[in-house]
Amino acid sequence: MDPASLLYAKTHEWIHIEEADGGKLATIGISAFAIEALKDLVYLELPEVGSSLTAGEPLGEIESVKAVSDIYSPVTGEVVEANTPLIDSLDTMNEDAYGAGWLLKVKITDDSSLAGLMDQAAYLKQCEEEE
Amino acid sequence: MTSLLKTPMHDWHAAHDGRMVDFTGWSMPVQYSSIIDEHNATRNAAGLFDVSHMARFRFDGDQAGPFLDSIVTRRVENLKAGQIRYAMVTKEDGGILDDILVYRLADAQGQLYYWVVVNAGNREKIASWIRERLPESGVTFTDLTLETAMIAVQGPKAIELAQPLVDVTLSEMKYYSGCETQILGQQSWVSRTGYTGEDGCEITVPAEIAVEVWRTLADGLAAIGGLPCGLGCRDTLRLEAAMPLYGHELSEQINPIQADLKFAVSMDHEFIGKAAISASIEDGKQMKRVGLQMQGRRAAREHYTIHLGDQQVGEVTSGSFSPTLDINIAMGYVQPELAEPGTELEIDIRGKRHLATVVALPFYSRKRKT
Repeated sequence: MDPASLLYAKTHEWIHIEEADGGKLATIGISAFAIEALKDLVYLELPEVGSSLTAGEPLGEIESVKAVSDIYSPVTGEVVEANTPLIDSLDTMNEDAYGAGWLLKVKITDDSSLAGLMDQAAYLKQCEEEE
Repeated sequence: MTSLLKTPMHDWHAAHDGRMVDFTGWSMPVQYSSIIDEHNATRNAAGLFDVSHMARFRFDGDQAGPFLDSIVTRRVENLKAGQIRYAMVTKEDGGILDDILVYRLADAQGQLYYWVVVNAGNREKIASWIRERLPESGVTFTDLTLETAMIAVQGPKAIELAQPLVDVTLSEMKYYSGCETQILGQQSWVSRTGYTGEDGCEITVPAEIAVEVWRTLADGLAAIGGLPCGLGCRDTLRLEAAMPLYGHELSEQINPIQADLKFAVSMDHEFIGKAAISASIEDGKQMKRVGLQMQGRRAAREHYTIHLGDQQVGEVTSGSFSPTLDINIAMGYVQPELAEPGTELEIDIRGKRHLATVVALPFYSRKRKT
């Protein structure tokens, strides 16, 4: 994916939206900025296919040598696919955060949940302020 | 907010991608590259650590030995020049104020004096504790922390890296020994000590030459496969070696017996806390420090609770993924009847129970040359 065309949540998840079956399908991952900050990844927990997610609520956990962090759902919807092989190859997230490092595909059930997301320029500005 | 203290190497750290954080009032690097890479470099070759935040106190005078004896858990008055002893400063009730290293050193004229190295976060507390108890004469106490810098060189190739800087033969020095040495023509100190479970040394130099000494060592790292290392891997290294960390395994609410540091208490002298510690040896009911190995992929972290069935039986004080062993390890305190290696317990990780087994400490110990 082209990071310039993605949407971002304040909590560092990226979202790619496509139209599918008359609805919206979101692919969700964690930004390269956040992965770089976490650095030494040791554990990832993802929700099962069929789980309902609510925007702003935790969807899983990611752990580095230093600490464990929640991953927040940037959208409201239902998980239709989880990138479970990633759990055994966490380096993929460091190497390809916007491609092979994707986490979930989610069928959006509430479009209004997208309202709070940022474009890349706004997100990069937030990252600069955090550094 | 008060501004953070900076070591002489601060600008070097920042210029070399050091991720700087507030560590007990000091701006220190957590990591430069990756905690796992830095950890492995120290185990396999050499790691270079800025440990200038550690407090360095000097004691001169003919009453320095008896005075230190009265406030630390081990006898240090009888140390010979060059000897170093690990000990604790305890309160009247046996609670640990700090764990420290006491060095007995001789200057060029053969005059003996002491150094005490104290945890960074306890510098002011211990300095006050000392000042309130100093005898009227016979002891001069000096805090040298800010006018010196301390550099730890750790790992199987540490001695090879540090040797060219000093005018003593490091390989002939015993573990836990130290002495004065000249570095770049300046009065400095070197000791065979560390906090990683590896061979190595720690060098203390005047602040003015610290950056030059650091650069010389850092420039030698690449050729031997070493790395500059931050506090992140210092923590994972010491955890594997089961070395307690003040504020985690040790606190004013924990006594040396509970912390399994009986080796660092000697009852052959009078010191503050002796009676309480002595009573604690008899008391079999106190929580005890243990090692824990997680059976799954989750790391236990500080403050996670330890359970047996419906009962909470303890708490985790440190925990992490172990880069050397490729398992998740932790230390914590449990009820004494559950401290036997092999005991199966559960740790609550963010609302879910995960199996953990009590194991003997340390998790890792280096192969020593015989």
